[in-house]
Amino acid sequence: MAERKLSKMERVEDVGRTTVAFVESVGNGGILVAESIYWLLFGVRERQPVRLSAVIHQMMEIGVRAIPIIFMLTGTIGVMLAIQGIHTLRIFGAESRVTIGIAFSVVREFAPLITGILVAGRSGSALAARIGTMKINQEIDALKVMGINPTRFLVVPALLAMLVMVPALTLFGIFTGLFAAGLYVNADLGISLAAYAHDTIDILSLDDLGHGLGKSVIFAILIAVIGVVNGAGVQGGAEGVGTATTRAVVQSISAIIVTDMLFAFVATR
Amino acid sequence: MSRNPATILEERNKRQRPQSGPDAVIEVEDLVTHYGDRMILQGVSMEVREKEIMVIMGGSGSGKSTLLRHLMALENKTSGTMRILGYDIDKISRKEFLEVRKKLGVAFQSGALFSSMTVGDNIMLPLYEHTDLDPLTMEIMARMKLEVVELSGFEDLMPSELSGGMIKRAAFARAIVMDPRVLFCDEPSAGLDPVVASALDDLILDMRDAMGMSIVVVTHELDSAFKIADRITILDRGKILMIGTVEEVLKSKSDRVQALLNRTPEEDVMDPDEYLDRLVGESNPGTAHL
Ligand SMILES: Nc1ncnc2c1ncn2[C@@H]1O[C@H](COP(=O)(O)OP(=O)(O)O)[C@@H](O)[C@H]1O
Ligand SMILES: [Mg+2]
Repeated sequence: MAERKLSKMERVEDVGRTTVAFVESVGNGGILVAESIYWLLFGVRERQPVRLSAVIHQMMEIGVRAIPIIFMLTGTIGVMLAIQGIHTLRIFGAESRVTIGIAFSVVREFAPLITGILVAGRSGSALAARIGTMKINQEIDALKVMGINPTRFLVVPALLAMLVMVPALTLFGIFTGLFAAGLYVNADLGISLAAYAHDTIDILSLDDLGHGLGKSVIFAILIAVIGVVNGAGVQGGAEGVGTATTRAVVQSISAIIVTDMLFAFVATR
Repeated sequence: MSRNPATILEERNKRQRPQSGPDAVIEVEDLVTHYGDRMILQGVSMEVREKEIMVIMGGSGSGKSTLLRHLMALENKTSGTMRILGYDIDKISRKEFLEVRKKLGVAFQSGALFSSMTVGDNIMLPLYEHTDLDPLTMEIMARMKLEVVELSGFEDLMPSELSGGMIKRAAFARAIVMDPRVLFCDEPSAGLDPVVASALDDLILDMRDAMGMSIVVVTHELDSAFKIADRITILDRGKILMIGTVEEVLKSKSDRVQALLNRTPEEDVMDPDEYLDRLVGESNPGTAHL
């Protein structure tokens, strides 16, 4: 087929369509969150309670199985921050102050960010793939005909598990990152681990921890909602599931990074 | 293969068929539906009666599956009225709607078993969600239904370990576990070899006889339709061509009905609109929710 330049009007239409699609998916996400809250609160009254076993299953998948990789990555980041920090501060002969930089960066930025990105890649994609596959296999329709609400049955457990596990993993990542950085500082500068820990606790306030964990809660919601909306929007068979899965990961990582920037902007002014 | 009306009817008479009641379990009047801007069903009126097997026939893309999805209240209609088990679908309360849903069962074309659960858990799911039975009772009930579909002993397998015919049987077992009033099946014999398909037809007849439910079957297999149907609805491009008993359909003088009955598989082509839609990847707005 011959390539053809789009006319100005067509380009405007294209932008319009994309905008509408975007607003629509944000709307769908909002509806999903509202519905989830409804089922969480009133599920028992409707005789369709959210099953604890389903939530625990999801928590295992999302949280427990992610521990090794979170451990490795946040540890590596911690060491990287220590190397970079010492290197930079050495210029001013102030390398012993590296703990400040490490503490703030790990708690406020790197642990939540790395955890969010990792969960988006591991579990956001899995969620989109699972829901997308269920949709094209008509399993979602089967649920509906059985009188089982798919949001209550599929979405709420995943959302709840994310809400618990992303902050939990972030907290774990904070400890690993700080500890790994401490080991490097100890080896390079000879500062004892006890002194490093003392300094770190001194520098950090509850506010910093709240900043990091608060962000991770927002990330959890973003990952779950973007995963479900993309999965539910799947069209055209197995290939459609693949595209939706990729899109879910790209969108949730983008959303996480933008949210992170907004947080930094608001919190440091 | 020639289809002789006399032999078909004779074949049917070998089996005693229960009297289907005059009461309708589903009534549809002047149903109009769209996918996006495209009108699919263009004023369909029909009813499904108590204890009858209603077969919906028609060429590919004529709207059979769409009609079935509407009969199960899975889609939003544009206009028309629909009553399921006496409830007007537009005036029904959420609570009543849920009660109605519990009295419907469905076996989708692909089976739609939950791939993360064993066959047994699949079948027990409706019981688990809607009843307060203890687990042992649920297991016994699930096993009984598996026996009905001749899948005893398969409850611990995963759906991926079953053959196509077995998946459809398991889907039947799940569909009937709550003893529904109406059972829906989309293309039960599609993709199966003739022997397995014929066994599935027998199963449909047996289930109706044993449980006295109404069954709505979508199919484009004529042999299967003539074997199981009490009445047949023929769809043609979103409109009803005729509704009648097997005998009435076989003896119909309508050219279009006869064309459908005598069609060769080559004529069973894809709807050009559908093909075009797929080609340009036209999306159907408003499906991006569960
Ligand atoms: N989800 C959908 N989105 C858009 N169009 C659809 C969808 N499902 C079916 N259609 C269209 O509706 C028409 C009827 O489809 P369907 O009811 O599946 O036909 P049948 O089951 O008789 O083969 C077809 O032209 C098809 O392209
Ligand atoms: Mg169909």
